[in-house]
Order: sequence, then structure tokens, then C-alpha cells
Amino acid sequence: MSACTRDEWMTVAAARLLGNDSVCFVGIGLPSAACNLARLTHAPEIVLIYESGTIGTRPDVLPLSIGDGELAETAACVVPLPEIFSFYLQAGRVDVGFLGAAQIDRFGNLNSTVIGPYELPSTRLPGAGGAPEIALHARQVFVMARATPRSFVEQLDFRSSAGYLDGHGARTRGGIPGGGPRAVITDFGRLAPHPESEELQLVALFEGISVDEARAAIGWPLLVADRLDTIAPPSAHELDTLRALNARTREAHARPVHIPL
Amino acid sequence: MNCLHLELADAIERFVHDGASVALEGFTHLIPFAAGHEIIRQRKRDLHLIRMTPDLIYDQLIGMGCARQLTFSWGGNPGVGSLHRLRDAVEHGWPRPLELNEHSHAGMAAAFTAGAARLPFGVLRGYIGTDLPAHNPNIRRVACPFSGEELAAVPALNPDVTIVHAQRADHAGNVAIDGIVGAAREAALAAKTLIVTVEEIVDALPPAMNAIVLPHWTVRAVVHCRGGAYPSYAQGHYARDNAFYQRWDTIARDRDTFLAWMDHHVLGTRDHRAFLASLQTEAAA
Repeated sequence: MSACTRDEWMTVAAARLLGNDSVCFVGIGLPSAACNLARLTHAPEIVLIYESGTIGTRPDVLPLSIGDGELAETAACVVPLPEIFSFYLQAGRVDVGFLGAAQIDRFGNLNSTVIGPYELPSTRLPGAGGAPEIALHARQVFVMARATPRSFVEQLDFRSSAGYLDGHGARTRGGIPGGGPRAVITDFGRLAPHPESEELQLVALFEGISVDEARAAIGWPLLVADRLDTIAPPSAHELDTLRALNARTREAHARPVHIPL
Repeated sequence: MNCLHLELADAIERFVHDGASVALEGFTHLIPFAAGHEIIRQRKRDLHLIRMTPDLIYDQLIGMGCARQLTFSWGGNPGVGSLHRLRDAVEHGWPRPLELNEHSHAGMAAAFTAGAARLPFGVLRGYIGTDLPAHNPNIRRVACPFSGEELAAVPALNPDVTIVHAQRADHAGNVAIDGIVGAAREAALAAKTLIVTVEEIVDALPPAMNAIVLPHWTVRAVVHCRGGAYPSYAQGHYARDNAFYQRWDTIARDRDTFLAWMDHHVLGTRDHRAFLASLQTEAAA
């Protein structure tokens, strides 16, 4: 096994969580890489939905935006965006929703809106987009985020989308249909909710990473599950496939586009 | 009412007034850049801009001081990062303060759909457990009259003017779109006045039963504008210029660089053709 970057390991770790019969609502960036890696390795029949309305898409290169032409050209079908959110997501037809965020708290609630007060933010982030309803309706949510004490925080500046709210069943009592953030994939391992408190705890570490390193990256006192799994490094096949995908993508995005004069 | 065939400058001058609510829709695909640039050239002011994903075109309109209010659900440069002009307006009030009316995508989609149906509000199972309703009084709860279930309600969006870009229209003004449609159809039918810019005007649209997205009597004006979505794209005509979207991050990061770029490429050009030519000249240099 050759050396790999943490981003590559994260991507592979997320891809392994996806099954051949999964229907995934995919976001741009690492989730898009993870979902397509799964499709190109162990899950060739996985259904990928991007919120632009492309269903069952099989892109040869990763899209830069959520609505690149590549996604439409390789899709089983393209539907209007309101249908994606109402007939598919809200109707409960999505197994896995992928989300990222600037901040996440111990109950998997996410902030992608502002740092600082809403009315006068120090940093105005892009906003929630599709996340609030993905977080509500997907049967389970996978969060991908590199961990630092600034991103895994005690207190969110703004709650853009719901995880387990205050834990201890609050999400279910609030009438939220989907299963919430069942997995948080970071650059050292994976967190998952405790069965009762629903607080995120360490359930798996990348091979060779210590619990101390994980704790240092998290802004709250991180609990460790009774059973702690090890995540094996990427196999040669996984890594080759991912690197080829990324190389194709870089080349495609750098290709000069003919200005339509 | 017959659909008019107009030049872009005439259509903007006639239908986009200072203070109007304006939606330039198209989800990543078919973003009406040419129309946005013409609004900037005509120095329209106090607009209420509506768009799910403000994208570069609203970054430009906001940075040039055209907007007083923004209704939106995701305001970034897709795959790249921030919209720096939008951020500067929100964080520092430059060049003027911007009032935000912030939703989720599902909320915006419901609001456009209700607007297209001329219903007063859209309803969805949404926004639960988020702080958005605390900062947007237009997100409220409503009880289902049959089950009593609490649902989210958002007021219908009915823009004074919606502008969308499409691949083709026929002479009567029937509009056809291939590829990703986003919420273009809903935003178009929600509008009081609908303007469509198109890559080409054809004698007859391809004979496909589902090809016409917008029938002619819903369209107020059709504008022939080749390349009108660039640097966004028109499926079958030209690709999204992802490299330009990446370059925009540097152009828009600094106020002076931004203003110089807008001055040279938008204010300094007569129309969209000249805008594209100025970019081509720059690329060749």
C-alpha cells in the first residue's frame, strides 16, 4: 500500500459505507468523490441523485458544480428541481444524504450559514441550500468533514440543519422522519451517535491513528465507544481508481472552454 | 397577449424597473448572464433579487449596487467557495446594505411552485430544528386541516419579472429546454412578466411531445441572444466554463479588481456579443 493523503483515506472510508442498492443524495466535493468511487469499485448499481435534478447519474469526471452538463448527459433521467425535493427527498425515496458543514456539534447539528451573529456575521457562509430537508428526510445522513476544534465545536453559531438536536430522542419527538447523522467521517476516523444519548462518539480510527489525536481534533470532550473499530488504509485498487478519477477531473476542469461567440 | 421579439436592451429597459422584484433563474445551467449584464449596464437600482443560487451573476449585480434585497437559498461559488461581493455586502454593507430573505432549496422550490399556481403559500415538511425561521419571518408553521400535522409554510414568490435562458424558441414564442431545468419553469410561470433569452430562434421546435417547457402565451418577450448563459452553459451549445468560475474567486475578492473587471468587460461593452469578444481578446493576449 502506497502512502495516501487523509482526504483520500476519508473518501475511501466513506465510499466503503455505501452499498450497491443505496440511493444517495450527493453533495459537491468529497461526498461526490466518495459516491462515485463506490460506484466505480464495489457498488456499480448505486443510484446517485444530485439536487440539480439528475437521477442515476454516472459521471466520468467529478462535477465542479452541482449542475455540470456531465451530470445531465450521464443521468438516467433529469427532472425539475422542485420534484427532486418533493417527490423524491420529502417522499422518503432517499437512503443516504451526504452533508458537509463549517461547524458540527456533538449531536450532529450543522452550521453552514454564518460565523458570528446572523445579523452582523464575521463570516457569511454560502448558506444551507438543500441541507435542512436532506437532514430531515434521508433515511440516514453521512457527514464528511475534516476535524479541527474550530469545526467540531461545543456551540454552533447557527443551526442550519438538524442532527439529533439536544439528543436523548429529541429528534424523534420533534417529528423528524429521517434517521439523522448515522456516520460522521473525518480525517482520522468515524464518529457515530451513542444509542441512547445520541451524542457523537468515536467508533472507528484510521489504522495507526491514536485516540489522543482524535480527541485533540474535537472541540468537546470526545467519548469513545465500547467497541472501537479500525479502518484499513485504501487498497491499491481503491486508491488507483480514486486517483484516476481525480486526475480526469482536474484535466477536464482545466480544459479551455470555447467562448460562444 | 402576443409574445414580443425584442433586442435585449429594449426588453430590459421596457420591463425591468428600479425597485422591481426580479428572478433570473436557471440552476447552474442556463443562467441568464447576458440579461444580468444588461441590467447592470442600464444601472437599475433597488432591485429585489430572487434566485435559489445567486451565483456569479448576482455577485456582480450586488457588487455593482443594483440590489437592496436578496431572496435565496445558497449563496456560494459552486465547487470554489464564497461569493465575495455578496459577502462584502452582508458583512460590511458595501457598496450598500443588503437585506436577506433566506430559505432552503426546498422552501424556495415550494414558494416558486405556489407562485406558478397563484396560490398564496407553499407548504412543505421542512425547516424543523433549524434557526432559519427565527431570522426569516416568512417561514411559518401551518396545521394540516385534515391531520393536524404541523408543516412549514412559505409565501408564494411572484416576481415582477422573471428572466430565464433557453436553447431555443420558435417564432410564436414557444420555449424548449434540454438538460437541467432547475426551478426555471416554476419561476417563469410565477412571474408577472416573463422574458426568455434564447440561443436560437427556429422555424419549428423539434417534434417531441415534452419539448415545450413554456408555451408562447406565457412569454411576454423572447430575445435572441447567442451565448447568453456564458460562463454558465447551454447543453448542446457550449460547456460551463469551470475555469472562469475558478478565476472569478480572484477577480471578486478585492473591490478594486472587481470594479475594474466590471468596468472593462460589462460597462465598457455595448452588448453581450461585445462582452464575449472582450473575454476572447483577453484570453488570446
